[in-house]
Amino acid sequence: MTAQATRGTAGAPRQTKGAGEVAGAAIDDLVPQMIDICGRRDVLTDPAELATYECDGLTSHRCSPGLVVLPTTAEQVAAIVAVCARAKIPFVARGSGTGLSGGALPRADGVLIVTSKMRRVIAIDQESRRAIVEPGVTNLAVSKAAEPFGLFYAPDPSSQVVCSIGGNVAENSGGAHCLKNGFTVHHVTGLEVVTPDGELVWLGDGTGAAPGYDLVGAFIGSEGTLGIATKIIVKLTRIPEAVTTLLAAFRTMGAGGAAVSAIIGSGILPAAIEMMDALAIEAAEAAVACRYPEGAGAVLIVELDGPADDVRRETEAVRAICEKDGAYEIRAAHDAAERTAIWTGRKSAFAAVGRISPAYIVQDGVVPRTALPEVLDRIAELSAASGVRVANVFHAGDGNLHPLVLFDDAKPGAEEAAEEVSGAILDLCISHGGSITGEHGVGADKSKYMPKMFGPGDLDTMQLLRCAFDPAGLCNPGKIFPTPRLCGEVPGVRREPHPLVAAGKVDQF
Amino acid sequence: MAGRIPEALADACADVSEAGPGDAVAGVAPRFVARPAGVTEAAAVLAAASSLGMTAVPRGSGTRLAWGAPPVGCDLVVDTSRMNQVLEHAAGDLVVRVQAGVGLDQLASVLAEAGQRLALDPPAAAPRPGPPQGVTLTAPAHGTTLPGPPKGATLSGPPHGAALPVPSNGSGAGTIGGVLATGAAGPLRLRYGTPRDLAIGITVVRADGTVASSGGKVVKNVAGYDLGKLFAGSYGTLGLIVEAAFRLHPLPAATSFVTLDAAGPDEARAAVAAAAGSPLAPSAVELDRPARGQPFRVGVLLEGDAEGVAERTARMAELLGSCSAAPDPPGWWRGGAAAGADGTLIRVAFWAAELARVLGAIDAAAAAAGIDPAIGGSAAAGVLYAAVAEGAPASAVARFVADLRAEVGSGNGSLPGAPAQPGSAVVLHAPAEVRAAVDLWGPVPGLGLMRAIKDQFDPQHMMAPGRFAGGI
Repeated sequence: MTAQATRGTAGAPRQTKGAGEVAGAAIDDLVPQMIDICGRRDVLTDPAELATYECDGLTSHRCSPGLVVLPTTAEQVAAIVAVCARAKIPFVARGSGTGLSGGALPRADGVLIVTSKMRRVIAIDQESRRAIVEPGVTNLAVSKAAEPFGLFYAPDPSSQVVCSIGGNVAENSGGAHCLKNGFTVHHVTGLEVVTPDGELVWLGDGTGAAPGYDLVGAFIGSEGTLGIATKIIVKLTRIPEAVTTLLAAFRTMGAGGAAVSAIIGSGILPAAIEMMDALAIEAAEAAVACRYPEGAGAVLIVELDGPADDVRRETEAVRAICEKDGAYEIRAAHDAAERTAIWTGRKSAFAAVGRISPAYIVQDGVVPRTALPEVLDRIAELSAASGVRVANVFHAGDGNLHPLVLFDDAKPGAEEAAEEVSGAILDLCISHGGSITGEHGVGADKSKYMPKMFGPGDLDTMQLLRCAFDPAGLCNPGKIFPTPRLCGEVPGVRREPHPLVAAGKVDQF
Repeated sequence: MAGRIPEALADACADVSEAGPGDAVAGVAPRFVARPAGVTEAAAVLAAASSLGMTAVPRGSGTRLAWGAPPVGCDLVVDTSRMNQVLEHAAGDLVVRVQAGVGLDQLASVLAEAGQRLALDPPAAAPRPGPPQGVTLTAPAHGTTLPGPPKGATLSGPPHGAALPVPSNGSGAGTIGGVLATGAAGPLRLRYGTPRDLAIGITVVRADGTVASSGGKVVKNVAGYDLGKLFAGSYGTLGLIVEAAFRLHPLPAATSFVTLDAAGPDEARAAVAAAAGSPLAPSAVELDRPARGQPFRVGVLLEGDAEGVAERTARMAELLGSCSAAPDPPGWWRGGAAAGADGTLIRVAFWAAELARVLGAIDAAAAAAGIDPAIGGSAAAGVLYAAVAEGAPASAVARFVADLRAEVGSGNGSLPGAPAQPGSAVVLHAPAEVRAAVDLWGPVPGLGLMRAIKDQFDPQHMMAPGRFAGGI
């Protein structure tokens, strides 16, 4: 849950468990070594400077880091991590700090490694449709660099102007268009990473078909707990020949939802299908005057892209479906300016809610698309029963809900009530076979919900991967998993054939 | 005979038998075969095997069981053929959840009833199939006239879902578990990726019998680590895959295969790059050459509604020049080099821009070794297969692989920031004498981490030991 306060902070900032005790002396001992590696200017020790990094996009969790370093090369990152590993000091990587689950929440007893100075687009290979970039490069900068070649980088999180590719890799970021194009994990084919013991290694080779275990796939979405990516090979996608964006206004959410099901059922795969309810529309109007059709109980944004003739026919088909399901106004955007006008309301929705509420929580949950109508009804019931207002903005095509739970932080007990509703929404997602996070990650924020979604065997097995990469538990500790697994020594590893097999005594079972 | 089956194993599973000669895994004879009926039995089987100190090798329909090195231990084959249920097909969500033993073809016929498909089309292994399965077509109202010969190809065919050939479970393309475990993919990988890209949830049994799931049955989900990625392509070495959920796609109403001949590597590269770089959204761009001296056959798959496919077919034909188009796949589609079941099959992965160089390298290495492999694969996706006939001398194949590896592994030198080894040549399967003469895997990036993962998941190395890269 992302508690955003638009006026002051939403309640008292919480210190993450285990982050409170300051290692002090131990951290200070590292400073000269860090200065040797990065230079004095890129090692921050002043408490005022450190405080700048006390949270990421999830402002309700705060903790000033023990030390901040701003490396400029992969070798520097490796050296920094090696120093931490030797000293047994935890470290946390941070890109642009836009994450919404506290994945980059620092530790008072640890080092924060900020990759924002590593922002080179190193190479673009047009014919292979690949780019090699550094982790601090912003998501949008990759697409801008690729544009002259007729290519773009498909995953497009709403924060793409500022969020970094390294952070996208950590979170397996999606975006409005991942319905058709997939997530970060579908668009990365190689990673140079610094392992938690300070070694610089390549995972994958850029081809997408490297031999061995799929370490690239395992690393992406591991929320910074398996190492730090220092180079990223991304797939680039052909810029579609045509893009059309439709805005359809419906009187009710039910009607809009029916249109979504009908579009998907027709066999059309739009690039994006987004939906907003009346409260979210009201907020967007107040904030950015997006001029959506008046009286809408729901608006649907459907974007179609691909070969021009296909897009033209699909647009007609989607328009017909929306009309049949009760859309009373449909607008179509054919150029970038018109498209921006339609998207403005949607993209500003989170921040816009600040216009109608002093504070709010951004929730991120997923349900099967067909469960959307029922889950939305249940959210409405929760809201009615508790008196807590909930604005709904969501990626309707893939069932990814972003309920905005509104509260007045000046009112005693209001935040607690909002958190209760927000948590109940996650329970709804789980009980409908969905997920506690579709794109914001578990981070520091949702680890307590992991046991609701996964059993002990599941969590234990996931952490085997953690133990393989980071047996000492120094790499972004305290994230994702509610209870860390003790890795320990691997008992009796045997690489030879089973002795009985080798001896030909297979009868002796 | 049943008396020889260890009690713990018999207690764990209702269907355990002594192994026969047909149960050998890459020439290694197991003692027993267990056929668990579901997750619970599968967990009990592996727990029992673990307590008995028995090594275990998972098996689906055996389509790709010869891939990888022979196991260094294979006391027990865990056969998934009784785990053959489609657990849930949520058509409205475009999601399916299946047991690992479900056949790809069996699943395709279930999904086709709802006009959907799992967009995986791994090469159908020998015995070489007749017409490729799972691709059926509907007709646009009019024929499409193309500039190249033969002219005037007409797209036609039955409506989708109406006349799918439905082979029995296990035939043809293999099982879900096997396809996941080997990471096998076909022409559609260009657009839809490989099994790891389409799996959204997985349930596995670890060597000690622990059951673990990750992901779920929603497409968008970032909660926890994604074990599906780790198990995809793991050759059974991390545990037994028992269930998986996948993202589905609509079955295209129409398909069109635009094909042409390219005289040499440079012409082939030009055609492949033009097709893949076009805005016409090809689903696949394949290449095939049965023998040296013959032209490279290039095939482009276009999918969509009938009208759109007809339009894009015409535009693709204009782009590529002299070519022909048909609604049905050419005979070599999914059936060329990649489907070679005998002899040695090598998968070459590279950056797509290196295509001409890689084709040249294959020819040079083959000529030096005195062999003539068939070549084919997903050229635009940077994956080719080279199939060397069974009779080729082991030393010649070994030399071919070594030369090829040196060339492919050293490419991209001019691209700054690229990994030192931006490509690979992996021997997927080979006759015993060839296996003895070559390193099947070659250099593997991140091998140290892979060993650490194996040691965590299977500390006693009981699961398919020795089959994988680096002896894992």
